Amino acid sequence: MANWETVEVTTDLLICGGGMAASGAAVEAAYWAKKNGLKVTLVDKAAFTRSGAVAMGLSAINEYIGYGKGENQLQDYINYVRQDLMGIARDDLVFNIARHVDSSVHLFEKWGLPIWTDENGKYVREGRWQIMINGESYKVIVAEAAKNAMDKAGFEIYERVFIVGPIMDGDRIAGAYGFGTREDKFYVFKAKAVFAAMGGAVHVFRPRSVGEGMGRSWYPPFNSGSTAYFTIAAGAEMTCQEIRFIPVRFKDAYGPVGAWFLLFKSRATSATGGEYMAVRKAELNNWAPYGLVKPIPANLRNYLGMLDVEAGMGPLYMETAEAIANLAKAFEGDEKAFKKKMKSLENEAWEDFLDMTVSQAILWAANNIYPEKSRSEIAACEPYFIGSHSGGSGAWVSGPEDVNTPYKWGYGNMTTVKGLFSAGDGTGASSHKFSSGSHAEGRFAGKEAVRFILDNNSQPNVGGIDEIKAKCLKPLDTYAAASKFTTDPMINPNYILPMQFMFRLQKIMDEYAGGVISGFKTSKALCERGLELLAMLKEDSEKMGAKDRYELERCWENFQRVWQAEAHVRTILFREETRWPGYYFRADCPKMDEANWKVFVNCAYKNGQWEMKKVPVVPIG
Amino acid sequence: MPSFVIVEKCDGCKGQDKTACMYICPNDLMVLDKDGSAGYGVMKAWNRDPSWCWECYNCVKICPQQAIDVRGYADFVPMGASVVPLRGSQDIMWTVKFRDGAVKRFKFPIRTTAEGSAEPMGGFPEGDGDIKSANLMTEPASCLVDKLPTV
Repeated sequence: MANWETVEVTTDLLICGGGMAASGAAVEAAYWAKKNGLKVTLVDKAAFTRSGAVAMGLSAINEYIGYGKGENQLQDYINYVRQDLMGIARDDLVFNIARHVDSSVHLFEKWGLPIWTDENGKYVREGRWQIMINGESYKVIVAEAAKNAMDKAGFEIYERVFIVGPIMDGDRIAGAYGFGTREDKFYVFKAKAVFAAMGGAVHVFRPRSVGEGMGRSWYPPFNSGSTAYFTIAAGAEMTCQEIRFIPVRFKDAYGPVGAWFLLFKSRATSATGGEYMAVRKAELNNWAPYGLVKPIPANLRNYLGMLDVEAGMGPLYMETAEAIANLAKAFEGDEKAFKKKMKSLENEAWEDFLDMTVSQAILWAANNIYPEKSRSEIAACEPYFIGSHSGGSGAWVSGPEDVNTPYKWGYGNMTTVKGLFSAGDGTGASSHKFSSGSHAEGRFAGKEAVRFILDNNSQPNVGGIDEIKAKCLKPLDTYAAASKFTTDPMINPNYILPMQFMFRLQKIMDEYAGGVISGFKTSKALCERGLELLAMLKEDSEKMGAKDRYELERCWENFQRVWQAEAHVRTILFREETRWPGYYFRADCPKMDEANWKVFVNCAYKNGQWEMKKVPVVPIG
Repeated sequence: MPSFVIVEKCDGCKGQDKTACMYICPNDLMVLDKDGSAGYGVMKAWNRDPSWCWECYNCVKICPQQAIDVRGYADFVPMGASVVPLRGSQDIMWTVKFRDGAVKRFKFPIRTTAEGSAEPMGGFPEGDGDIKSANLMTEPASCLVDKLPTV
């Protein structure tokens, strides 16, 4: 076996991850743990200041209620989220996030995040729930507050340690294991409770760009399904694993469209058919009641555009020039005011990209696209797993103690595994939390995890770790033992290298589970065949090979992706209807079936078997 | 490439306590060739997996030598454009060069407080300090209400 040092760290609460949810958990848990004489440890696979999905920055905060200012009611947000997810959402979780989210946003502002305000000092709304920010350093600022809280309490943060999986003590979480990506060190973290928030999953499906642009996914390529794997492997019940998210964005570089739709009131059109949301309006009747209530659910908006593309009416365009002209119209005749307005609109349009998707700025500049002069192509991305946005996948967690909900087992945001908590992209059925809601949910979960530890203040038993260590380092051993057999170590019958392993997964998912190449369509027969191929891929994961630490990291990321993939395919197969056209289409069950399928589908992997079940949707309020 | 390192400018951060790009890359792509044994030059950094790069620009923004730039993805971006940031402590300047030669410059604020100064409680008063209540550390004050809502 590779001769790596083993580092053992014993703590009370272990926070796995470093994004918005983990930052929230850290800042909050540090407060409660210090107060109660407990210890918190955070472990991040990257540099905390620039890790996670907000690493680049963001140009808007998409969840801000403003209920303390009388701007919106919490119940309206609950209704909005349930409606957007075609009736499938946990009201209790959405409510809980919404009542804490303003608090997080107000903290961000105090910490130094520039939030746009109008002449009366009111936040500038992009849409009803969204506010505009100068968000280049959003993550830097949020991580800074968390780090300051952790430092002040004397708690440790480990960077560049990749968490592979959970360590269990029977039905209770006992810690996590992983390895250093900069040093030959195997890590064992022993904890009384674990908060797992290591992001959603990208590159489970084949991306549209398969050359150098493979990494330009909308959601970051370093989010590999670590949270989903961690919770599934711990035996936690998972929910909404079928609700992938497919954003429609500016084509290829995947720059944000929110400001164009909401702030600039731009129309989306096909090349020949006009505005598809208007032309194909009748289609929405087939998805009643959700199709008939505004805002129209994201998946249905996708779907109407996809129908145009399928009919050969592409490309689809964002009518940027028309939108800017409309906005500037009010200033016509007053040359100076007109110029000033055009300049501010131009600034806003470019900042939207430069804050969060610089690639889109490069793509516009490279194509000589001036948004005030020419329209720009939009397209549906490949599918992602992101419970914080308009997807729904994640762990099934307990609702808050003080809320009247049937989904409750003692500690808010605890999974069905004792002591294992999650938030952000890690938790399901609580969509539309975005960056701010993920932070707020992380804070809540962090506090609840401390409460769990106070009630269960014993160190779980961590058994022998030699076996786990050997398994974790095995790809290095497999490679070392066999790589000299062939003249080119890239081609060897004894192992599979991480990149090819990932391509194999992506081909299966793309062709059988409704990826881009299949027009997002699948069926029972396709899912069943896909599962046969996934089973062999899982068997071959025993033969993953890694020539160095870097490839070892990629191996285990891909291994995690496979588990997210399988949970997804099994859940699509189980749900015999099409509820989210525009995300995926069950071609053999093309209609929505409210009588039988207005339910959550949950799954769990226990004793080598997947268990699938329906769970009723019970609204609050 | 997408992020690439300019040979003449990169000094391997020899005067710093760590290699900036290697420290910051969220996808673990930037590597320093300390002794030149990897073939990239003594004390020169490189991006080891360009097709895995998100173009997040964190390496570009942090490089003390301005030795890192980004060339748009070769499989879909026409050649000739560039987008270059200059990040200060309070704002960021962007220079966008178009394929047709046009240049646009933008400047945006990035934070309103001094670097490192974020105070976890944000100046809000502590909440009830009760581990059993639904109030987080600064609530209900930071929600701008007197009492946290419930249902």
